[in-house]
Amino acid sequence: MSHQQLDARRLLCPMPVIKTQNQVVQMQPGDELEVICTDPGALNDIPAWARINGHSVIQTVQSEDEIRITVRVGA
Amino acid sequence: MTKQHKAVALISGGLDSMLAVRVLQEQGIEVEGINFYTGFCVEGHTHAIRNHDKDKQKRNNALWVAEQLGIKLHIVDVIEEYKDVLLNPKHGYGANMNPCLDCKIFMVGKAVEWVKNHHKDGFDFIVTGEVIGQRPMSQRKHTMPIISEESGADDLLLRPLCAKNLPETKPEREGWVDREQLYDFHGRNRKPQIALAKQFGLHDFASPAGGCCFLTDKSYSDKLVDLWQARNSREYELDDIMLLKVGRHIRPTEEFKLIIARDAGESKFLEGYRKQYTSIHALSHSGPMALVDGELKQDQYPLAAAIVARFGQGRSADEVEIDIATPDQQRQQVKTAPLSAEEVLQEWYV
Ligand code: SF4
Repeated sequence: MSHQQLDARRLLCPMPVIKTQNQVVQMQPGDELEVICTDPGALNDIPAWARINGHSVIQTVQSEDEIRITVRVGA
Repeated sequence: MTKQHKAVALISGGLDSMLAVRVLQEQGIEVEGINFYTGFCVEGHTHAIRNHDKDKQKRNNALWVAEQLGIKLHIVDVIEEYKDVLLNPKHGYGANMNPCLDCKIFMVGKAVEWVKNHHKDGFDFIVTGEVIGQRPMSQRKHTMPIISEESGADDLLLRPLCAKNLPETKPEREGWVDREQLYDFHGRNRKPQIALAKQFGLHDFASPAGGCCFLTDKSYSDKLVDLWQARNSREYELDDIMLLKVGRHIRPTEEFKLIIARDAGESKFLEGYRKQYTSIHALSHSGPMALVDGELKQDQYPLAAAIVARFGQGRSADEVEIDIATPDQQRQQVKTAPLSAEEVLQEWYV
């Protein structure tokens, strides 16, 4: 089970979602992807994208200047 | 048991594609959505950059629609490929810089390609929410067959909302869908769509009649054309076209343009570009962040500073201290009297 990171800082939505999607396609069910981004739109879009495509957001950490969203890849 | 048929639908985030999918779901068709990001799309977040739009939900409409419909959504980055569509549209532009017909052909064509690349998933046909006569350029009776043909989708392209006004397609002929339960919407009247939405219990959908991208917007198109003219080239990068969505654009000379934030939200947004663009803001007073697009020569510093000073709290002060920072953070301070409102000439506004 792998844990990967994706740097989506400075990208504006929907680019962080597109990058997340394209990386998740290459991963296995159960793997985790931590997306680091700066557009607050991702707080809404990445969970929405995960819900409709059968993945889950297992952690969201928000700091002053960045947001880290961890997605667990679904089956 | 009869095979369950599968379709991929172009989801723009508006009502029509949402209804088109619902109509097919009623007939037991399994649908997945596909959405193309050209860089010009109207994003909830771009609006939300501005303060006064903060209350608006920051949502991506295509994702939201997919969630309402309970379908998967694939978002495809077509920023690079779209350049050729915008720069060389075979069928020309609409009222502004919108190459709608070529754009539709391109997107349906990309969907055809996507279906081929995902042949394991077994998609049988492609769906759009097009309605005859809805849009002056792309959605007309004679453009419908052009889109089907030039995209390569041919009779595998089904438009559930106006299918009854069009020749039968393969999904109808083969009985995968029941033509009788499709619709015959036409024209610009949106009442039938609104009624159908109500019947399906759909509400809160995005601006029903709005264009799907900024290229239909006059002021946006003017800014795009100005950028091309000033650069003597129609090349553009994603950052260029994003910045056209933000701020006041003032071009006092051919060499440079100022992008001046209209509120704190935009200032914060523009701050993110300080390592790529020369940036200007007031030190002695509060005021907006501004970026310089083009080349700002030393002898133009006073002019640029005086314009930016005009839009801050120091606009009626005798002197405002302005900081000008190049992308590599070489800073210079300029003390200047702000221009008066009349001195910022109308023709400078892009
Ligand atoms: S409005 Fe924009 S996205 Fe929609 S068809 Fe026209 S060019 Fe394409």
